[in-house]
Amino acid sequence: MKHYEVEILDAKTRDKLCFLDKVEPNATIAEIKNLFTKSHPQWYPARQSLRLDPKGKSLKDEDVLQNLPVGTTATLYFRDLGAQISWVTVFLTEYAGPLLIYLLFYFRVPFIYGPKYDFISSKHSVVHLACICHSFHYIKRLLETIFVHRFSHGTMPLRNIFKNCTYYWGFAAWMAYYINHPLYTPPTYGDEQVKLALIIFLFCQLGNFSIHIALRNLRPAGSKTRKIPYPTKNPFTWLFLLVSCPNYTYEVGSWIGFAIMTQCLPVALFSLVGFIQMTIWAKGKHRSYLKEFRDYPPLRSPIVPFLL
Amino acid sequence: MRGVGSLSALSGDCQRGFSPAPACAPPPPRVSPPGLGQTMASSEEDGAGGGSLEEKEKGRKRRLGALATAWLIGYNIAMTAGWLVLAIAMARFYMQKGTYKGLYKTIQKTLKFFQTFAVSRIFMVWFITHSIKQIQNEESVILYLVVWTVTEITRYSFYTFNLLNHLPYFIKWARYNFFIILYPVGVAGELLTIYAALPYVKKTGIFSLRLPNKYNVSFDYYYFLIIVMASYIPLFPQLYFHMLWQRRKVLHGEVTVEKDD
Repeated sequence: MKHYEVEILDAKTRDKLCFLDKVEPNATIAEIKNLFTKSHPQWYPARQSLRLDPKGKSLKDEDVLQNLPVGTTATLYFRDLGAQISWVTVFLTEYAGPLLIYLLFYFRVPFIYGPKYDFISSKHSVVHLACICHSFHYIKRLLETIFVHRFSHGTMPLRNIFKNCTYYWGFAAWMAYYINHPLYTPPTYGDEQVKLALIIFLFCQLGNFSIHIALRNLRPAGSKTRKIPYPTKNPFTWLFLLVSCPNYTYEVGSWIGFAIMTQCLPVALFSLVGFIQMTIWAKGKHRSYLKEFRDYPPLRSPIVPFLL
Repeated sequence: MRGVGSLSALSGDCQRGFSPAPACAPPPPRVSPPGLGQTMASSEEDGAGGGSLEEKEKGRKRRLGALATAWLIGYNIAMTAGWLVLAIAMARFYMQKGTYKGLYKTIQKTLKFFQTFAVSRIFMVWFITHSIKQIQNEESVILYLVVWTVTEITRYSFYTFNLLNHLPYFIKWARYNFFIILYPVGVAGELLTIYAALPYVKKTGIFSLRLPNKYNVSFDYYYFLIIVMASYIPLFPQLYFHMLWQRRKVLHGEVTVEKDD
């Protein structure tokens, strides 16, 4: 069997970083990354980007050496992606924060509202309901992260955790402060408004969960395959007929429900910002689907049926 | 040769992300002066009947109107010139590159720089000086007003001469050197003004929203101002170093052109 030689150069400086000889032709990029780490342990595989062209796209871990357009001496260019952190770690941290922070405000922990109110519970029933809903939402997210989601990428840049946590934790503190404030004003239309809001919230939570399960079932464990999602027997998944990312649609719906329930402007703003971000993601996902699949259903919009 | 020189200077500036003129000069308090309203086809003021006192009032208003009109026309010419410069930079880019890809990237730093500039000016005029009357006689107000005036006169004459392809070197020199002193002085004026306004803001609660209210939100303008003052710390050095970088490029570029001549 003919063996390959692989030399790895720095994409920016073209310095020779590593020379691997006797590499199997059917070696994957992932295996080459592991070999590279041996000589440069500070660059663990997750932070390596290897490419055929210094300015080109990153090669995938699954790519096989002999299938690449290289001679028996392959030149790969290396770019450091920076410190990486696993998606699971980021999700757990960014969701655990709001869960705990909200509870601190709910239980009126000292130094927030003034000594008169320390550990005194609110007299409004909607405030208790809101706490249950908010906590339920983030517990659901944590459990989905551990048991449901199958991530395409193992890691993301480390700085993302600071950015993401600031966003989630900051907004959680901001809305929790007002909802649990001693001077909180309950919704204008009283119990009817709260009831309607709760129905919307629960409906969308169920919807969002159904989509997550459907997406998980599209992909076998440990694989990174991508398929077009379709409606299943679960009626909540029928939204796939109209929308590429119904999980985002339901997510926005949940937060709108929560905003109506609490009648709190910071919640509405959080919903709006979330909606904008999820629309950007949905449009990107929609575009990828269209590019990858010729037979992608034309009726679907990214996030809002017929509109967005 | 001189014509060529100043053309290169113009193109040089364009390539380096020519500074556009955004709506940065303090806007006039009225959109159109009453005098202008009368000369334009506005029927409202014609309806008012008049005794002699009213006519005297109208006369005075018309004279003030003429002054404000002249100022407005001048202001608008300058604004047009500034934005025209930006338009030319963009058209040039497109003609040279054949695409608008990368255009924003080329002009964005300067655009953002000046637009941030514009936002802070609007904030200073309307949300500090205009709204909190007690500080209008502070020295810090005069400080930033003088700085803005000198800065804007320099900048707009620079744009005007540039467009006419007849840029005296001293104008260019002024534009890229005055700021070294003017920026820090202007920032000092603005910060001192905001600081002077703080006690009045706390006392009156202006622009603030308190609890309880039906939207369950509050806003404390006093703490907002403190955050604004703090934001000068990261923002001002960035703006200042950007101007220094531009200065080095432009004045250095000027030397190269002269050598070629």
